[in-house]
Amino acid sequence: MELILSLGIGVLTGSGVWLLLRPRTFQVIIGLSLLSYAVNLFIFSTGGLRTGAEPILEGGRAGNLAMHADPVPQALVLTAIVIGFATTALFLVLLLAARGLTGTDHVDGKEKSR
Amino acid sequence: MTGWMDHLTIAPIVLPMLAGAVMMLIDERQRTLKAVIGMASALALLGLAILAMTVADSGAAGVRVYRLGDWPANFGIVLVLDRFAALMLVLTGILGVAALLFSLPRWQKAGAHFHSLFQFQLMGLNGAFLTGDLFNLFVFFEIMLAASYGLALHGSGLARVRAGLHYIAINLSASLLFLIGVSMIYGISGTLNMADLAGRVAGLAAEDRGLLEAGAAILGVAFLIKAGMWPLGFWLPNTYSTLGAASAAIVSILSKVGVYAVLRLWLLVFGDGAGASSGFGGTVLLVGGLLTIGFGSIAVLATQNMARLAGASVLVSSGTLLAAIGAGQLSVTGGALFYLSSSVLAVAGFFLVVELVERGRAVGADVLAVTREAYGEGDDEESDDGGAGVAIPATMAILGIGFMSSALLLAGLPPLSGFLAKFAILSPLLAAGPDVPVTTWVLMAALVLSGLATVVAMTRAGIDAFWASPSEEAPRVRVAEIAPVLLLLALNVALTVQSGPAMRYMEDTARSLHAPRDYNGAVMSVARTPGTMGGSQ
Repeated sequence: MELILSLGIGVLTGSGVWLLLRPRTFQVIIGLSLLSYAVNLFIFSTGGLRTGAEPILEGGRAGNLAMHADPVPQALVLTAIVIGFATTALFLVLLLAARGLTGTDHVDGKEKSR
Repeated sequence: MTGWMDHLTIAPIVLPMLAGAVMMLIDERQRTLKAVIGMASALALLGLAILAMTVADSGAAGVRVYRLGDWPANFGIVLVLDRFAALMLVLTGILGVAALLFSLPRWQKAGAHFHSLFQFQLMGLNGAFLTGDLFNLFVFFEIMLAASYGLALHGSGLARVRAGLHYIAINLSASLLFLIGVSMIYGISGTLNMADLAGRVAGLAAEDRGLLEAGAAILGVAFLIKAGMWPLGFWLPNTYSTLGAASAAIVSILSKVGVYAVLRLWLLVFGDGAGASSGFGGTVLLVGGLLTIGFGSIAVLATQNMARLAGASVLVSSGTLLAAIGAGQLSVTGGALFYLSSSVLAVAGFFLVVELVERGRAVGADVLAVTREAYGEGDDEESDDGGAGVAIPATMAILGIGFMSSALLLAGLPPLSGFLAKFAILSPLLAAGPDVPVTTWVLMAALVLSGLATVVAMTRAGIDAFWASPSEEAPRVRVAEIAPVLLLLALNVALTVQSGPAMRYMEDTARSLHAPRDYNGAVMSVARTPGTMGGSQ
């Protein structure tokens, strides 16, 4: 499971960075989205990878991370998803505004010398 | 936790949130009402910040811990008010009042929801300064940045959208780095509370130490992008120069938030108590700071545009701060904090002055045949707002005084506080011992040369604007626009005159930052006594 997850994070990050460095605004926003997926998976993995761990403490037993899933990374990833979604939406609006004002989808607002 | 005073710690976050939220509901045409609410909130915030400063400065146990939801600190999120946080709150409060006052005659009309965005900006800033939890710091960073995206685009226009596109893309990437760093630190240490983390670093196993340091380094990159350290700061002058002046005055403190986070976390986590990790990354800060001063000085000299000059001087002040922090000495940090206060006020004042001066030059811009596309819109609104205030006489004289004082402050020449601040950084470095290390000489040379570069550039721009410019009529400037400039300058003069008490406060702050026992003790001791606070019901 570790291998699959780390490969997934690696592929998402690699594609994200590649797209982020491209000159078109649409590629940049897709790159940022892929990167944020990779980061979310990464946060999730910091709690340790296990299957079948109980999510909630049972009554009468002391909490112990050996028996239960770590709730903190799940809370973090939820927050990160919400914030990432909001900022991506904001960025998307700006891309549309830039497209309308500059007449091109180049990130610098003008095509390279033609 | 009874009584209203206990909620002082969270009030600077809740107040602007409520004010901003209420103003979202009010119709955009009722500008006077919005301005009144916004101004009342900004003034109340300044009052709260000053109150917080007196509380934090009273006695040794000035650290106040506020537990959200009354959870113990190792489970829940804490807000911590100490001297450093209170200092930053006061600076934010001052800039908030000044920038909002400046915006009233003109800038608030340039786009929708200016007042709400402004309040959310203040909320994010205050929250970032008060929080004692790494992930909560991320959340407040995002609030602050989201509001700053709005303010950066306020007034719209081609130049702003173009620069805003880069600004947002870079900051979104920085936020992702922030998340990676935070989650690595959590994965290794098992905590997000800064004080708890500081306690656990020394006891880490040797094989985990490298990963924690890598996580901290990634986190540091995210902060240094905000601060504009050399290879990470190319976006900064470009973005800042296209901002509207009122936005620029408040957004200019964002670079200092990066410096704040570095100073707070670095000294807390990698201070003397960190065992093998003690002092990790200090050289990077010092060298990076020096390179930033160098790059900023070149940018200051190279620029033709006054707004870009202001942006470049932000870089110089960031570099000076990072280099002084990287020196890692207690007495130098005190000077750095003094420099921080002085430069925050000076840079914000300079952004405001520049806008007023450029406004006058826009009349004769075609004569000068200089393309200033960063400033090109909004002039047509000027004619119809005659009722907003009277145009003051001797405008150019007052603007000239403002410009000259800003130049003195930013260059660090006597008699104003910029000089005292640079002196306070350099004198303990030289007094440290008989053999002064090479880096100290380099830092000294960098500070002096960057001052020289600023003087040259400012003189050139000043002669161009005030003496050589053939503008037929003085710019129309309202009292509400010149007042914040004079307010910021007067505060810098006050900082100069009262430099004794101010320096005493800064040195106390530096002492508690370098020996964070009080901070850690306050946060963690509250954690050990759960249940005792529930008696208020």
